[in-house]
Amino acid sequence: MSAVPALAVEDLSVEFRTRSGVVKVLEHVGFSVDKGETVALVGESGSGKSVTAFAVMGILDAAGKVTSGRAMFGGADLLALNEHDLAEQRGRELSMIFQNPRTALNPIRRVGRQIADVLVRHGGATRNDAPRAAIEMLKKVRIPDPERRAEAYPFELSGGMCQRIMIAIALACRPALLIADEPTTGLDVTTQAVIMDLIGELAGEAGMATIFITHDLALAAEYCDRIVVMHAGHIVEAAPARELFAHPRHPYSAKLLAATPGETVSLADMASIPGGLPDLRRTDLPACRYSGRCERRLDECTQPLPQRTMGERHVVACWNPL
Amino acid sequence: MTGETPASPPGPLLDIAELAKRFTVGSKQGLLARATSFRKPVAPLPQLHAVDEVSFTIGRGETVGLVGESGCGKSTLVRLINRLLDPTSGSIRLGGAELADFKARDFAANPHRARIQMVFQDAGDSLNPRYTAADAIADPVRRLKKMSGAQLKARIAELADMTGLPRELLQRFPHQLSGGQKARVGIARAIAVEPELLILDEPTAALDVSVQVVILQLLQQLKRELGMSYLFVSHDLNVVRLLCDRVLVMYLGKVVEQGPAAEVFADPKHPYTKALISAIPQAEPEQRVGRLRLGGEPRSPIDPDPTVCRFYGRCPKGTPRCAEEMPLLRPAGPARQVACHFA
Ligand SMILES: Nc1ncnc2c1ncn2[C@@H]1O[C@H](COP(=O)(O)OP(=O)(O)OP(=O)(O)O)[C@@H](O)[C@H]1O
Ligand SMILES: Nc1ncnc2c1ncn2[C@@H]1O[C@H](COP(=O)(O)OP(=O)(O)O)[C@@H](O)[C@H]1O
Ligand code: SF4
Ligand code: SF4
Ligand SMILES: [Mg+2]
Ligand SMILES: [Mg+2]
Repeated sequence: MSAVPALAVEDLSVEFRTRSGVVKVLEHVGFSVDKGETVALVGESGSGKSVTAFAVMGILDAAGKVTSGRAMFGGADLLALNEHDLAEQRGRELSMIFQNPRTALNPIRRVGRQIADVLVRHGGATRNDAPRAAIEMLKKVRIPDPERRAEAYPFELSGGMCQRIMIAIALACRPALLIADEPTTGLDVTTQAVIMDLIGELAGEAGMATIFITHDLALAAEYCDRIVVMHAGHIVEAAPARELFAHPRHPYSAKLLAATPGETVSLADMASIPGGLPDLRRTDLPACRYSGRCERRLDECTQPLPQRTMGERHVVACWNPL
Repeated sequence: MTGETPASPPGPLLDIAELAKRFTVGSKQGLLARATSFRKPVAPLPQLHAVDEVSFTIGRGETVGLVGESGCGKSTLVRLINRLLDPTSGSIRLGGAELADFKARDFAANPHRARIQMVFQDAGDSLNPRYTAADAIADPVRRLKKMSGAQLKARIAELADMTGLPRELLQRFPHQLSGGQKARVGIARAIAVEPELLILDEPTAALDVSVQVVILQLLQQLKRELGMSYLFVSHDLNVVRLLCDRVLVMYLGKVVEQGPAAEVFADPKHPYTKALISAIPQAEPEQRVGRLRLGGEPRSPIDPDPTVCRFYGRCPKGTPRCAEEMPLLRPAGPARQVACHFA
């Protein structure tokens, strides 16, 4: 496929200024998402998944700075757009589901109204049709008794129901690019399947491209086309979902898989990943940020990382891949 | 299990019988209209049946998993047992003592308070940002147990060791701790007053898989050492299967199936449980034995019809009988129960 991807992130680097120094949170991050494709972004917490999403959406907090890179979307570089044009795109073309749904909802506005607001602002609905369309969205995310639940305030709903409201808001305007930050954490697996099917439907019908941030590798493997693995602000591996699951090549990807609860293992057999993320404030960070935790380290590993192609659309940044 | 524990009364630790919680819902305007209309008899306000006549037990030292669709009433049930919420009706007996009669608002000062403790989903959010880890752990001990300053200090150090929290982190504030460290503080704090029942509402949902493994192993080890019972709420069925002895499956306020975890996972009987287990994400497509997708609309939890099965309409096995008669929870094998006419 040589079509232009819906989103192409190239060489993205982000730094945060903190009291204790500059943190190099993302370094040379690059990946793309095709039209209609769902790409999972996985990795431990702190690996830079959310910051990647915030940078693309142009909503990094004030201490954060993009120091290099581009995010090409519909012929324009999102990182170079001015605030007004970006705001225009957000909500209509670009949509994001945040971690922590409860805090993202307005606590004193009925949930049906909150969806209707978005439909009016970005979805071309009129004040008159918006309430009906909002109820339709509640139905799609399988909220029981949507007519009456539209009248509820967030505190009257369970955690998972608030989550579904957020998803309904994000999907209401049929965005061209959806960034979903752990959208199904806190949902039961049947509801999760409904949400994933809904994302799949919009991808199929409307060609929506999705970046799906998750720490559930089995979920990523089942529903996503490709998986991108992040570690300490680097992309260490990117591969078709099933292939990554069956044959992880980066030592870190393999460890992540081994820590995922599966069908056969017992708790005693499961292993956590030794060590932690390196301190990203260090000025002498090694070329491979996983080297401090790696069991396969070689002498070459201090040299700048190679990008090795392991198969079709399968790349790994490692001197000694599995 | 240990020789020091006093002879405990026979019977289960927790015995829940016909427990119900209904919330009144409806707009304020509705309330006002009803209050001012003196011509018609006042229609009752709509009632949301969050927990509906639920009965089950938890044995001493047993780990019971509670699973079900989001919004089915798990957290409400937990808040009833934990006495943060007053039940509409029913009984909550803990080691023979009836707790349902105490008011939630006074329960903080109740001598039974220490017997049930809770670990919350988001360890970060449930910790006071201005308390150090040591303060957070000490807080329930100060409120519920009498101890001298020196004893308290020793106890905190002991709890840190038990939960694998390095002692040098005790003086840190929550924002200076990692997710896994905060989870350890939450657990240390909950076990500080030696509860008999520990309730965990999605304790690892906010954690990485790698940290989750360590926390689950810690929970399993603490249970062995301290002989506590666990009520474990989780959406991660693989985790429930790894950790729990028995599992309760809820659907729209009702327990629809229960039994030993291994049996329920290997051979689910209720159509909802079947759908649930078949939806566990499965990386290898060959391993999937046909997924059951639930069609139809979920029934409303507001004033539900007491003669219709709650799963009717979405159930692939539903028949007209299911719309005329509510299935009751009945035995289905030595240690199992299921609420379905056809299971
Ligand atoms: N304060 C309240 N007022 C009205 N309804 C409420 C209130 N609290 C909970 N409910 C309703 O009770 C039902 C059960 O909610 P509960 O929080 O127990 O669900 P849950 O099973 O824990 O879901 P989740 O898995 O999403 O956390 C839901 O329909 C919810 O909307
Ligand atoms: N506002 C901020 N100031 C300083 N550092 C930040 C800020 N936001 C995020 N970071 C740092 O960026 C890194 C990546 O964070 P994040 O993208 O949230 O991780 P993930 O989403 O993968 O869990 C972490 O080391 C985090 O501490
Ligand atoms: S580059 Fe070397 S140290 Fe880094 S992950 Fe690969 S083998 Fe390990
Ligand atoms: S009683 Fe009928 S509707 Fe209810 S679960 Fe059984 S078959 Fe399905
Ligand atoms: Mg994040
Ligand atoms: Mg809940």
